[in-house]
Amino acid sequence: MMRPENVVYMDNNATTRVAPEVLEVMLPYLQDYYGNPSSMHRFGGQVEAAVTEARKKVATLLGADPEEIVFTSCGTESDSTAIFSALQSFPDKRHIVTTRVEHPAVKNLCENLDTLTGHKHRVTRLMVDADGMLDLQKYEEALADDTAIVSVMWANNETGVIFPIEEMARMARARGILFHTDAVQAVGKIPINLKELDVDFLSLSGHKLHGPKGVGVLYVRRGTPFVPFLVGGHQEKGRRGGTENVASIVGLGRACELAAVNMAEENSRVKALRDKLEQGLLASIPHSILNGHKTDRLPNTSNISFEYVEGEAILLHMDQYNICASSGSACTSGSLEPSHVLRAMGVPFTAAHGSIRYSLSIYNTEEEIDFVMEKMPPIIAGLRQMSPFWKADA
Amino acid sequence: MWEYTNKVQQHFLHPKNVGEIENPDGTGDVGSLACGDALKLTFKLDEKGVITDAKFKTFGCASAIASSSVLTEMIIGMNLDEAAKVTNEDIANRLGGLPKEKMHCSVMGREALEAAIANYRGLKIPMAEGEVVCECFGVTDLEVIRAIKESSLRSVEEITNFTKAGGGCGKCIDRLREILVATVHQGADIKKVVEKPKRMTTLQKIKKIEEALEREIRPGLRKDGGDIELVDVDGDFVTVSLRGACTSCAKSQTTLKEYVEKKLRELVLDSLIVEESK
Ligand SMILES: Cc1ncc(COP(=O)(O)O)c(C=O)c1O
Ligand code: FES
Repeated sequence: MMRPENVVYMDNNATTRVAPEVLEVMLPYLQDYYGNPSSMHRFGGQVEAAVTEARKKVATLLGADPEEIVFTSCGTESDSTAIFSALQSFPDKRHIVTTRVEHPAVKNLCENLDTLTGHKHRVTRLMVDADGMLDLQKYEEALADDTAIVSVMWANNETGVIFPIEEMARMARARGILFHTDAVQAVGKIPINLKELDVDFLSLSGHKLHGPKGVGVLYVRRGTPFVPFLVGGHQEKGRRGGTENVASIVGLGRACELAAVNMAEENSRVKALRDKLEQGLLASIPHSILNGHKTDRLPNTSNISFEYVEGEAILLHMDQYNICASSGSACTSGSLEPSHVLRAMGVPFTAAHGSIRYSLSIYNTEEEIDFVMEKMPPIIAGLRQMSPFWKADA
Repeated sequence: MWEYTNKVQQHFLHPKNVGEIENPDGTGDVGSLACGDALKLTFKLDEKGVITDAKFKTFGCASAIASSSVLTEMIIGMNLDEAAKVTNEDIANRLGGLPKEKMHCSVMGREALEAAIANYRGLKIPMAEGEVVCECFGVTDLEVIRAIKESSLRSVEEITNFTKAGGGCGKCIDRLREILVATVHQGADIKKVVEKPKRMTTLQKIKKIEEALEREIRPGLRKDGGDIELVDVDGDFVTVSLRGACTSCAKSQTTLKEYVEKKLRELVLDSLIVEESK
């Protein structure tokens, strides 16, 4: 196995390292305290107390009430729960507003609603511009009397572009339409205060903020009509059946606490590292292009296209140096077409196939940035030398 | 992560014969930036018509680069008639195999070689003569038919793995299925090769098809004194045999397509093709 200390990990939008502090609080619930939080005995009751404590911590990070926090099994489940809940709460409303650049958890759900529900739906998928930004006027025009829910991601996983959720939620509320945001990439990276927002549902996922995989949260604003997605026992006040993933929930609580502490560093030191890497690569590698808005962007994410070369080939060369990142190329997307996000932004094919996403975390160091800045130019130059489209003087 | 063989990794990390020959005897240019991979192959012949040098330039993933590199190694020392016989399977085999989703990389290698030979001989590229069936990736019916025959493809998904056709917008998929059915039917010579892994394993398919037959299809047929048996499942091809009253029924072909196939597509997999065993 490849040891973590030998790896330069810049793929934190895919998943993150579990913080040692998080692991520490989880272990007792995997070893000794295995009671069921729903049990009547004290052995279970103390576990319930731990879940309650974690719920408070998540709520604090989001500026929510603990009762508004529903634990789920992942970000994907949270997204599905919010959207299906709205559709079932308003059976006569068959319209959804979303965007072209959502994560598959929302995108594929919205594209298959008719098959999944057996009812016909209209889905408005808002376009983005070359910077990956939305047109709020188009958004306002899309809101209709039969719109059941708006689902718009807070920050894009591929480019880091941040959408104006505050304004968009306000506009939906003004029309009496429920607003869901997939904040899986935003939580822990940028401040969020749900008390001040008109957001009705918000999804987050544990493994994107140094918590464990397989645990998520759906925030459900108090008073929002709700229909559970997993129907079963009375867990989560009947909003999500299934015995709680206690250790992971406890870990997620701790991760949220840490995120609040580390938010400042994320937006200063990590952002500075990201900027150094980005500017360095754009300067040292000709025909490289930044994808996504320059400033309205997560502090940790940089998506750069290296023209005339292909992303998978780049990644595998980086892998030789134990550098981990992602690409929006066709060969890595599991389909034959490059990333839907970059295509929606109108990134030309010449560039989309050669896109690399670097996503940092507080665990990255300056030495790592220097290392990547040193290794990238020869990798790109080597592949370009092999590319039939590359003209050395171009 | 793809599971690449050591051989693929070797040829990817240390490719052989990168570059472009000056004043080549043959040049083959295939693929495009939009498609995500492209290959330019050039070769030089000696006076006896033997390939003395071959070079490539490739834009694409690791398996595209490795396929190109190994191809140049294979053809150096061959005469053109020998080179013309190199198939995509030969390229993939030399690499110790490719992930099935990446077979199109070996197909690209073969097509570049063909194009280069045609260029030398002053001929047109045979496969480009066909009718384009997949606009997204510019694949012709001739390319699809050849892939089906040579690699014994049995489903649209496999056609996509080998040629990319159908992997974009998806609007050509019905046409691909038609070509698949037509090709498999007229090509009695197609050899049955080792089962290729599928998204739904054949066993899973058989089980689901049996269930659907029992629950949904047999009851209707039995009412009319007929019956149906599952004979074989090969990729997306489901062979059945009609029994009882069905065998003498003039409408049996309609029953098969309109009723059995429709039901199975609905209940099991929407790419299934039902045929009667004879
Ligand atoms: C924006 C976004 N939404 C949803 C998800 C899915 O989260 P999970 O993996 O927990 O289901 C991800 C993670 O890949 C994501 O980046
Ligand atoms: S035309 Fe074949 S996939 Fe689009």
